[in-house]
Order: sequence, then structure tokens, then C-alpha cells
Amino acid sequence: MNRLIYILPLLLFAGLAAYFATPILQGKNPHTLPSAMIDKPAPLRPLEPLLSSKPGLGPTSLTGDVQLVNFFASWCGPCRVEHPLLMQIAAAKTVPLYGVNYKDAPEAAVNWLAQLGDPFERIGRDGDGRTGIEWGVYGLPETYVVDRAGRIQYRHVGPLSRQTFEETIMPLVNRLREQNE
Amino acid sequence: MRRAKAALLLLLALAVLMLVAFVPSAPSIAVEPNEVLVDPVLEARARALSKNIRCLVCQNQSIDSSNASLAKDLRVIVRERLIAGDNDIQILDFLVARYGDYALLKPPIKPTTYALWYGPGVLMTLGFFAVIVFLARRRKIVRPDPLDAAEAARMVQLMDQDREPTE
Repeated sequence: MNRLIYILPLLLFAGLAAYFATPILQGKNPHTLPSAMIDKPAPLRPLEPLLSSKPGLGPTSLTGDVQLVNFFASWCGPCRVEHPLLMQIAAAKTVPLYGVNYKDAPEAAVNWLAQLGDPFERIGRDGDGRTGIEWGVYGLPETYVVDRAGRIQYRHVGPLSRQTFEETIMPLVNRLREQNE
Repeated sequence: MRRAKAALLLLLALAVLMLVAFVPSAPSIAVEPNEVLVDPVLEARARALSKNIRCLVCQNQSIDSSNASLAKDLRVIVRERLIAGDNDIQILDFLVARYGDYALLKPPIKPTTYALWYGPGVLMTLGFFAVIVFLARRRKIVRPDPLDAAEAARMVQLMDQDREPTE
């Protein structure tokens, strides 16, 4: 019994080490923050359209279907990385994809889309970044899943990967679609 | 005597280290001149609030000392809300609602953070008692029961035996 007491600190340390090592071994980025906006209504004041050919975003644009809302900017390097995937999502038409052009010069954003392609059904301009702050955006690109009632259900920070899209986002979108039917 | 001296030196070194650690480093300020409010009272409140709000981009800097663009936007929002007449708690709540408790450099005290706030104190108290128990037990071991008359006589005899051959 007395022997056990001497092993106890070692066991405690092992437990603590395992607790801290798990997220590191799973490759989690400690800088990725959980969203405080989950299950809250997506705050959306009317955002003017970026392109004359496409509608902007308003409080009522986020109801109807489950949708993805992507915050992007032409100055954002990682946005370029995820762009091909966004183009594929748009081509597959599995889920509506809306864009918020965050703190960007309109001409630069228009050029950027002309060059790389435009995957969005609607694009709203958030010139001063206030809508971004309302959503809790802190690092571009960010992608949100918004349910039929206009509530935020998921946030992904950083460039979207095919794996995240197929294994996390689409199953969630399908689940949300079934729920509200 | 030498051990006492060494202990004293060690304590002195620790004291110096702690002094160095607590000397406030020169605060870096990122507030730009055009952000500063005309009203010095409001500006002072804005600065005090900003020092406890985390820049979500650089994560270990306050928005008061960060040059990130998001930090600037948040500084401006803090000032706008001050002018609108919000109190400090309303302003912090506004940020926490959007960015979570992580937006505060000083985490709030609530059930999920009890371990964080009180854990070290509890561990320290436990350790303190553990040390006291350990020392009390050791004292017992170091001071054995006094010898009875027979044992004392036997010891004197043994010591005398040892002494004889050397003389």
C-alpha cells in the first residue's frame, strides 16, 4: 500500500502528459478557436452586392436551405488555396455557397474572381469588416454552415480541405436538411 | 554555519529573480493618433479595457498593443461603444458573445474555470500539508526512544571495549 503512494506522482504525471499530448498527436492547431456563435442566429445586416450581376446578402438570404457562407478577400493567401475546392463545390451544386468579401477593395475582389472563377451564388461586401466581427471572424478564410433557420451551426477556420468538406461539412449539411424537413 | 550561509545566498538570489520578474516592461502601444478619443476620461477607460482584450489574431497580445488590423477594428468598436454610453461590462459582453471567453486576457471565474483559478491554490495547500506531515514523521525517526538503564550500561561497555586497543 505504501509502495503505491510512491508510484502515484508518476501516474498523475502520465495522465497529465497523455491529456496534453492527445491534441498534439492528433495534429490539432492550438490557434484555431472554437466559435462562440454556434447555434446563434447569423447576424446579417444588408450587404451590398460585390458584382452588379449577382445579389448581395441580406437578413433574409440565409433562410430556405442549409448553406455555406465563406468569408474571403483578394489579399488573403490561404483563400487562394481553398478556391479550387470552392469551385468544385459550386459545380457539384450540392449546397448553396455564399460569399462575404471581407475588408477588400471592390476592384481587387472583382479581378480576383475574374481570374480564379466565381463559385458564389451571392456575394455581399463587408468593406469595414463589421459583419466579420459580428460573426466572430478572426482569420481568413472562414467557412460557416448556416441552417434553414439562419443559425450558425459550424465554423471552419483556414483553407477548407476536401477531407473536412466531405467528412465533416457535408454530413452536417445533410443532417441539418433532414432535421428541418 | 556554511549551510546557513548558502541558504541565505539562495534566498537572496530568488528575491532578485522575483524583483526582475515583476518590474513592468515598457508597455508597447499600438493605438494610432486618429483613434484617440477627445474626452480623456473615456480614452483612459478605452485604454484600460483594451489591455484586457485579447487580439484574436496574435492571441498573446492585447488589442492595446497589437498592430493587427482586427485589433484596430476592435479598438475602434470599444471606443464607439464608450461614446454610445455602454459600461465596461456591456462592452466586454459584446466581445465575449462573438469571440467567446477567449477574447478576455483574464478568464472569468465560473464553474468551468474553477480548476484553472483555484487548482494551483489547492495543490499548493495539499503540498504544504504533505511537507508538514513528512517533516513531522522524519523528526520522529530521527529522535528514537531514550535508552533504558540496561541499554545505556551496554553501550558504555561497548564504547570502552572499542577504546582499549588504540591506547
